[in-house]
Amino acid sequence: MTVMEQRGAYRPTPPPAWQPRTDPAPLLPDALPYRVLGTEAAAKADPELLRLLHAQLVRGRRYNAQATALTKQGRLAVYPSSTGQEACQVAAALVLEERDWLFPSYRDTLAVVARGVDPVEALTLLRGDWHTGYDPYAHRVAPLSTPLATQLPHAVGLAHAARLKGDDVVALALVGDGGTSEGDFHEAMNFAAVWQAPVVFLVQNNGFAISVPLDKQTAAPSLAHKAVGYGMPGRLVDGNDAAAVHEVLGDAVRHARAGGGPTLIEAVTYRMDAHTNADDATRYRGDAEVEAWRDHDPILLLERELTERGLLDEDGIRAARDDAEAMAADLRARMNQDPPLDPMDLFAHVYAQPTTQLLEQETQVQAELDAEAAGPEGAGR
Amino acid sequence: MTTVALKPATMAQALTRALRDAMAADPSVHVMGEDVGTLGGVFRVTDGLAKEFGEDRCTDTPLAEAGILGTAVGMAMYGLRPVVEMQFDAFAYPAFEQLVSHVSRMRNRTRGAMPLPITIRIPYGGGIGGVEHHSDSSEAYYMATPGLHVVTPATVADAYGLLRASIASDDPVVFFEPKRLYWSKDSWNPEEPQKVEPIGRAVVRRAGRRATLITYGPSVPVCLEAAEAARAEGWDLEVVDLRSLVPFDDETVTASVRRTGRAVVVHESTGFGGPGGEIAARVTERCFHYLEAPVLRVAGFDIPYPPPMLERHHLPGVDRILDAVGRLQWEAGS
Ligand SMILES: Cc1ncc(C[n+]2csc(CCOP(=O)(O)OP(=O)(O)O)c2C)c(N)n1
Repeated sequence: MTVMEQRGAYRPTPPPAWQPRTDPAPLLPDALPYRVLGTEAAAKADPELLRLLHAQLVRGRRYNAQATALTKQGRLAVYPSSTGQEACQVAAALVLEERDWLFPSYRDTLAVVARGVDPVEALTLLRGDWHTGYDPYAHRVAPLSTPLATQLPHAVGLAHAARLKGDDVVALALVGDGGTSEGDFHEAMNFAAVWQAPVVFLVQNNGFAISVPLDKQTAAPSLAHKAVGYGMPGRLVDGNDAAAVHEVLGDAVRHARAGGGPTLIEAVTYRMDAHTNADDATRYRGDAEVEAWRDHDPILLLERELTERGLLDEDGIRAARDDAEAMAADLRARMNQDPPLDPMDLFAHVYAQPTTQLLEQETQVQAELDAEAAGPEGAGR
Repeated sequence: MTTVALKPATMAQALTRALRDAMAADPSVHVMGEDVGTLGGVFRVTDGLAKEFGEDRCTDTPLAEAGILGTAVGMAMYGLRPVVEMQFDAFAYPAFEQLVSHVSRMRNRTRGAMPLPITIRIPYGGGIGGVEHHSDSSEAYYMATPGLHVVTPATVADAYGLLRASIASDDPVVFFEPKRLYWSKDSWNPEEPQKVEPIGRAVVRRAGRRATLITYGPSVPVCLEAAEAARAEGWDLEVVDLRSLVPFDDETVTASVRRTGRAVVVHESTGFGGPGGEIAARVTERCFHYLEAPVLRVAGFDIPYPPPMLERHHLPGVDRILDAVGRLQWEAGS
């Protein structure tokens, strides 16, 4: 048959190697951020869990306020507050089993504390100390670090390693909306999906990366939609609804633990404070915008639900506040003590065994310290 | 057990053997990178490992160097010992942030709680006719990063011994493999019990009395050739193979230069801001009163690595080394 004779009978076929791959439809996030509080779903939520979340949110808010106050007293070098984002912070910590791992970003010390790390240790880096404080293996919390999104591939690698070893461990990694533009976000998502690693990514979309709003960060339909391109489910949740965040995170963690692979969750929330104590937010956003979020406050939403259903009364609220005050008083008292500092420590952990060059430098600093201790006369000057 | 290497073996075969022995000895050793599985790597260094140990132990990763090293960090956090292959020197740059911000400093910032025993293998250097971005000598960037070891073999036996030591190290090691020497052979016998070389010790490859050539990696054979040629002109040259740029073996280098009184540092990396500046400074600080002449450098020029058609003008060769030796103020004294 010539080509001319084939006409009519010819049916276009796909390229030879082409196969349909993952069906994107089940991966798509909801059109609206998922809500529990104030909806019918709330009736199914465990009252004990809701009360626990409430107590933790109140504690979390007090922690943020105390840490910010400590910057004004020169006790912290800098503090990026998560006020307004407590629901995400607290749910992220509560949803994990003890054997699981949390990979925080720099704004997430509250999640670290809610996981059980001593707040003084959690704040070590932000205090300006030379190390990251808490032992990462004690609570299975990765060391805090500031290079954005770089912790995400770590979470994937750890989850992958755990799976290879046959441990049913899940890693939960936190990142901001700005961080989703980083290459490491993309690479982590892709590795996680290809390896079907038991990892959950929680993006706290708090509207800003320092001063840059989401519109300048991405043209995606939502950050949750990014999941689809990697072949993993994306979930969109109201980040100020603690019950909703806890439920969506819990589903994703169970899914990962059961071998279902990673999930990307976008929690829509708002950074009520400036980026850090050193930032002036009036340069890039107006009061009206901030005010609108006060009516959507995570503590408010949860307290309304709990009190309307008679699960919490004035005494309960007061007890939560008293507990938070006690935590803050303890934090204040302990942060007002100077941490032990020894310049010799700077050389001790660079390598397993210090190099001869480091030993020489250590000796030099020791001599300087000795001279300082001896005073001007002792130093022979 | 299958026998990988023939006699005499190439450096690439010795590296394969080192990986295989390390994987057999320690189930926590995982090899990962681009094309390392089915293909065995573009230089075939991981040949046969996926077959022998399975794809979970020798893994073809997605094509993303930051992702490869970043996930290796997480794997090391969980107790594995990843050996990462970067396909070429210039393609390791995307992983730089992970390397500098995490790999190099995790032990330090966690006060020793979280060491990262990761080996990063990087084929490096020129002289193989590679097109642009396939011939960089990028070791200076890594040397300038505290917390990393930087190791490079020049012989087949060292390729085996130093790679085993690197994988066994509890610190991260950037292991530079001189591409040009992958196919070099010597009398290394894979049937004999193998030596694991400690990291951080230089060796005198050739003893001499008049001047020291301080070098490493792909420039070691060039320096040995230069030393041979120099003998004809009456110069008896010593050649020190550093093997490890970090830690730096001041002791061996200092002892050699104090003996000979003259030194030339030779490497492919650019001269300005390159390793030779650090080495010359260290030698001068320690050997000033023994030196008969300033320490000279024969290095790559301060240009982006040239195209293969012109690379011979860039690479330190025997003539350029001998010219430098000739400029070591012989008229002045000994
Ligand atoms: C790789 C990197 N680039 C730049 C910065 C400086 N920086 C610190 S926080 C921040 C904004 C982060 O925004 P986002 O990811 O949305 O998190 P958020 O601050 O809202 O929690 C920037 C640009 C950094 N820490 N790391």
